[in-house]
Amino acid sequence: MRGVAPSLTALTRISAFARAAPAFFRGLSGAAEDAVEAGLRRVLGESFADKMSRVPLTLGPTGIDAFGLDPHWARPAFLAVALLHRKYFRTEVHGIENVPHGRVLLVANHAGQIPLDGALIAAAMFMDAEPPRLVRAMVEKWAVGLPFVSMLFARVGQVVGVPENATRLLLQEEALLVFPEGVRGVAKTFEHRYELADFGSGFMRLAVETRSPIVPVAVVGAEEQYISVANFEGLAKLLGMPAFPIVPQILLPGGLFPLPTRYRLWFGEPMRFSGDPDEDDAVVEEKVWLVRQTVQAMLATALEQRKHVFW
Amino acid sequence: MTPVSASDGAARAGAVLITGICGRLGKQLARALHRQGPVVGVDRRPFPDKPKDILHSQVDIRRKKLKDVFRASDVRAVVHLGVLHDPRASAADHHSWNVAGFAKLLEYVTQFRVPKLVLLSSANVYGPQPSNPQFLTEDAPLLGGQNFSDIRDLIELDMLAQSFFWKLPETETVILRPVHILGTVHNAPSNFLRKDPIVSILGFDPMMQVMHQADVVRAIELALRPGVRGVFNVAGPEPASLSQIIKILGRQKISIPYGVTRAVVSRMWSWRLTSFPPPEIDHIRYVCMVDDRRARQTLGFAARMSLEQTVLAVDEGRW
Repeated sequence: MRGVAPSLTALTRISAFARAAPAFFRGLSGAAEDAVEAGLRRVLGESFADKMSRVPLTLGPTGIDAFGLDPHWARPAFLAVALLHRKYFRTEVHGIENVPHGRVLLVANHAGQIPLDGALIAAAMFMDAEPPRLVRAMVEKWAVGLPFVSMLFARVGQVVGVPENATRLLLQEEALLVFPEGVRGVAKTFEHRYELADFGSGFMRLAVETRSPIVPVAVVGAEEQYISVANFEGLAKLLGMPAFPIVPQILLPGGLFPLPTRYRLWFGEPMRFSGDPDEDDAVVEEKVWLVRQTVQAMLATALEQRKHVFW
Repeated sequence: MTPVSASDGAARAGAVLITGICGRLGKQLARALHRQGPVVGVDRRPFPDKPKDILHSQVDIRRKKLKDVFRASDVRAVVHLGVLHDPRASAADHHSWNVAGFAKLLEYVTQFRVPKLVLLSSANVYGPQPSNPQFLTEDAPLLGGQNFSDIRDLIELDMLAQSFFWKLPETETVILRPVHILGTVHNAPSNFLRKDPIVSILGFDPMMQVMHQADVVRAIELALRPGVRGVFNVAGPEPASLSQIIKILGRQKISIPYGVTRAVVSRMWSWRLTSFPPPEIDHIRYVCMVDDRRARQTLGFAARMSLEQTVLAVDEGRW
């Protein structure tokens, strides 16, 4: 009999806790939400809802767009990127007023092992452009199979990298960010920094087909954030990954984080191309070359003006 | 004597033959059509509570007796709903029923010069893949069978019907590829959403399109209008994520890692504890959404049911 009483009190305690737990966690998540809201207000200078209300978007009645973009859900991610943009990388943004309203293709150089450059361009377009824009970008099909990653990408407005999606977004008058270098750019080793890899030509056909202006973007700073000494392509292929870089700095304490280089984003004048989207490769290549040269030239000027990598 | 409905005269002469009329969707279609004109039903199951003016023949569509049905009534349209989807039926039975049965049906459509053929295919013929564009058009390859062999019959049927466009141009062939149909029907998506708690894959929350069974019936009615032919993706209200759908239902959601789900479902499948074939898990992992522009423009179809009505329809008629 004596053993029963303590176990009964334990049971009541447990059940009391179980009853209180949902409220507790709801309170906790409510507090976290308030913190995110306050953080966003501080870093944006206005409430997130006010900022979002000026973004031209086609959200359904459920507050989520057909591609899975859910700005409300993604607020913590927006806050994290906003802090990276303002505090960690202290990005300098030049010429963002060049980005026209309506459909536009942002074409940038790609580097830095992880695509933070994309996140910072998106942050600049959201925080520094008026009206603010939510940039859509294309992700590797490989990433769509990864749990959480695929969900996060969809919720912040990234879409699977197939031409049909790109065309549809541009026809919806959205701003689309493309990195024509693709994985060749991100996986660049350190000695090749600021040397553009070959550009694919898909973006040009897309621009011609949808009559979208192209805004060349030069990103300075990403190329030094992780110092990659080699890329084991064979191993990457074996593991089904796009690249397998060797980055010695990750062995240092805190080395998983990118180096706090200062980012500089230069948005160029819009370029408009016309013609037939199905024309010969040689003709398209010429136009692609023009864009590539523009980005390369912008990179050269930006590097010249840069006093230091870190500030 | 051919009964002619008062409303649209000669255009409505002749009967609509519905295969698989005893399924829940078939019954609803029959109820919607029998007021407008004669309806003939074919199914190997009985139709106990059928409206009096519906002629029902309890035959197997693979049998010669089907020809008598065509001979007896002046058929103006064939609606093929009788696709066997039962995942527990043997592969051989499945295949012979679906493919041989449909081939027989096509033979009689040719022989009796039926002016209209409607096949209810499914958007699942495209299959959920990580590399899918967000909206698949009717021209997208039918890759559903890549990982899920049970859908290959349906793809074959879809292809057979497509070959009819040029084999028998005088028959107006319509292939409807609706997204997940929800309602009192006993199909995989409705059965899945009737579960409580509903399983989702940890770290995945794909966008989905669903449509109400009543909207499917309306799409079939529109496809029966003279002059309509072609392949149409049909979608319901705006897309929603799986978690939003679960929220509308007010059910518990449990998220389980993919590997575990797959292993458990495979085991349960082999022990006959679940009616969900393991490859179908991909539907709650990757997108398989369609572009229904053609149906909206050419067919004039627009879903009448809202997302809430559509999703909540899975609980209707339960007690």
